[in-house]
Amino acid sequence: MVSAPETTLEPEVTAAASDISDIRVDSVGDFTFPERNKFDSGFGITEKTIDYIADVKGDPDWIREFRHKALKVFQEKPMPTHWATKDLENIKFDEFRYYLSDGQKPKRSWDEVPEDVKKTFDRLGIPEQERKFLAGVEAQYDSEAAYSNIKAAVEEQGVIFVNSTEGLHKYPEIFKKWFGKVIPTGDNKFSALNSAVFSGGSFIYVPPGVKVKHPLQAYFRINSEQFGQFERTLIIADEGAEVMYMEGCTAPKFETATLHSAVVELVAMKGAKIQYVTVQNWSSNVFNLVTKRGIAHEDAEVRWIDCNIGSRLTMKYPGVIMKGKRARGEVISIALANSGQHQDTGAKMVHAADETTSNVISKSISIGEGRSTYRGLVHIPKHLKGCKNNTECDALLINPNSRTDTYPAISVRGNQHATQHEASVSQVSADQIFYLMQRGLTEAEAMSLSVNGFINDLVKEFPMEYSVELKRLIDLEMEGSVG
Amino acid sequence: MSLEIKDLHAQIPGREILKGLNLTIKPGEVHAIMGPNGSGKSTLSKVLCGHEDYEVTSGEVLLDGENILDMAVDARSRAGLFLAFQYPHEIPGVSNANFLRAALKARLPKGEDIDAVKFYKQLYARMDQLEMDRSFTSRSVNEGFSGGEKKRNEILQLMMLEPKYAILDETDSGLDIDALKIVSRGVNAMRSENRGFLVITHYQRLLNYIQPDIVHVLKDGRIVKTGGKELSLELEERGYDWVTEEPLAAAA
Ligand SMILES: Nc1ncnc2c1ncn2[C@@H]1O[C@H](COP(=O)(O)OP(=O)(O)OP(=O)(O)O)[C@@H](O)[C@H]1O
Ligand SMILES: [Mg+2]
Repeated sequence: MVSAPETTLEPEVTAAASDISDIRVDSVGDFTFPERNKFDSGFGITEKTIDYIADVKGDPDWIREFRHKALKVFQEKPMPTHWATKDLENIKFDEFRYYLSDGQKPKRSWDEVPEDVKKTFDRLGIPEQERKFLAGVEAQYDSEAAYSNIKAAVEEQGVIFVNSTEGLHKYPEIFKKWFGKVIPTGDNKFSALNSAVFSGGSFIYVPPGVKVKHPLQAYFRINSEQFGQFERTLIIADEGAEVMYMEGCTAPKFETATLHSAVVELVAMKGAKIQYVTVQNWSSNVFNLVTKRGIAHEDAEVRWIDCNIGSRLTMKYPGVIMKGKRARGEVISIALANSGQHQDTGAKMVHAADETTSNVISKSISIGEGRSTYRGLVHIPKHLKGCKNNTECDALLINPNSRTDTYPAISVRGNQHATQHEASVSQVSADQIFYLMQRGLTEAEAMSLSVNGFINDLVKEFPMEYSVELKRLIDLEMEGSVG
Repeated sequence: MSLEIKDLHAQIPGREILKGLNLTIKPGEVHAIMGPNGSGKSTLSKVLCGHEDYEVTSGEVLLDGENILDMAVDARSRAGLFLAFQYPHEIPGVSNANFLRAALKARLPKGEDIDAVKFYKQLYARMDQLEMDRSFTSRSVNEGFSGGEKKRNEILQLMMLEPKYAILDETDSGLDIDALKIVSRGVNAMRSENRGFLVITHYQRLLNYIQPDIVHVLKDGRIVKTGGKELSLELEERGYDWVTEEPLAAAA
């Protein structure tokens, strides 16, 4: 048995939670704790890591095989640095752990959580129970009480809503049919990585004609695995079904891992509607490299409503493949990058049938030396008729050092289509701030109001509780950015 | 109690614009300032409010005895100073109502919020006074407003914020004849013995509606002449050329 010295496959027993002095607070809402997990797959990723994960999770053979194949693809694929940022080269794959088992009770007490972090929770109005989870005091956020009503209600309708592991074990016939079909393993280096080591995430199936009234929230059933680094979500809305899924929260999250690479696949069958809402607030040491894509069959609709805040680097371009006639795809996104952060986001709209319609509205805000990039791809082949795309991307720069770039790629062949593209870059002007301050608002309040105004029309697309939190979060970010 | 401006000098890099300006406004008084284009009227209003483009090199501004020159823009506002802008700014995506709420809330102790019912009652009453359509509450601040609508909106803000001292910079420009009457009526309704006004204008017609107690002529960064309301009539008649600095004005 040969193993690299840094790869310890034996379960490792480690010391108790660390000393308070290890806690590092970079800025508001940005904090990390060193964490030790009792059982893990060690550092780095090899065939053995894959087998370890498959063993621990009790994977069926086809999943184990799927993982192994994915590992090869991952190892062979180069980093996409020919178009993406060079910062990707700073990811040291050997220095990460790829699987942390669930159910550890960290021995950190609430008293050890830094004051700043507590204050942030306060300002965001995060409920007590959730704070403990987010700060890493508790490994699990148990809101069964709040959740059970919804769960019972949806189960009655025949909706399957479980985690991905449970999904592949209990519902193999549905799971297998769609898993990895929307986003093939080899789509990109990070989808391959996810395919090799995925754990956590949700599996949802909505039967034909069922319209799920309540948004299904990942947040109701989070635990450390759910909130994992390599989560894998698969949602299928059968013919005429409708569902809204929400993930994340605006609260800053306790981070143990700095590499996050999720894969989310959506399938909207004929006439179905899926809305996928994400609000994420990463600390600025995190690489967040996500692949999200949906297939919309005839008359179906897939909407991505996405808000990305923080992270060292986020790369995320939710996509919709409009496969059936009159299918619709939409991406509505807000990105906020502060100093030391790079939001590289956008959308991919692939028209693959006649009379399909896509809409992309993206707004980014760069604060301090924050950087935001928009990358869009709209593809309409020549043989199709009557396709429409509308793309709007607006960037707001708060400081002179903020930065934004736009790379729209619109490949429209043939002349039977209507496309529209608008882009704007604006700055919060000194005179606008003067005007607001003349009415009594502090500089931070003036900034917040301006920024909230900039994204106001998109915030309306988020569920109520998220939009309220978002506003508060922007207030906080702005407070930190002035004077 | 007064807004007292003493020997105020202000400049932009390389150029002095206000060159020793003296002016005292007592609560209950309406002062008018007239003067040629570029003489420094808007600069005066912005310097009083603390605009960062201008450096005050000497002089004092006392608001009810307190020197406000060291105060931030927002603190001066909360201390009771209001400027109705010559060119009001647009704030995309922020509704007029939310903007006013934020401005009122900024005047409350931390953590307190305004009573929404009372607020809307007050807002609607003021809008009725200014004959503004209710739709302006939900429209973004000044965005897509006509020139006259923007000016009316400035006065709405004045009425809601109830400052101690209000500066009106060419509020009449852009207003049609009827609007001028309506807006003037609004301003007159705000006249009170607890509130002082500084009305900057080029035209007598505004002063027919908002009758000033005292009229000043600002020329080249200084008040060069001060008189009663008859002075504005004379200026309308004769222009500014004849006005030369009175030795007393600088000391007044
Ligand atoms: N920020 C600035 N930068 C450069 N020049 C300025 C600035 N502010 C004012 N000035 C100049 O100072 C002078 C006074 O300007 P101000 O706007 O105060 O005039 P005003 O009396 O209000 O004129 P008007 O009657 O045309 O409104 C003008 O020559 C103007 O160009
Ligand atoms: Mg002027």
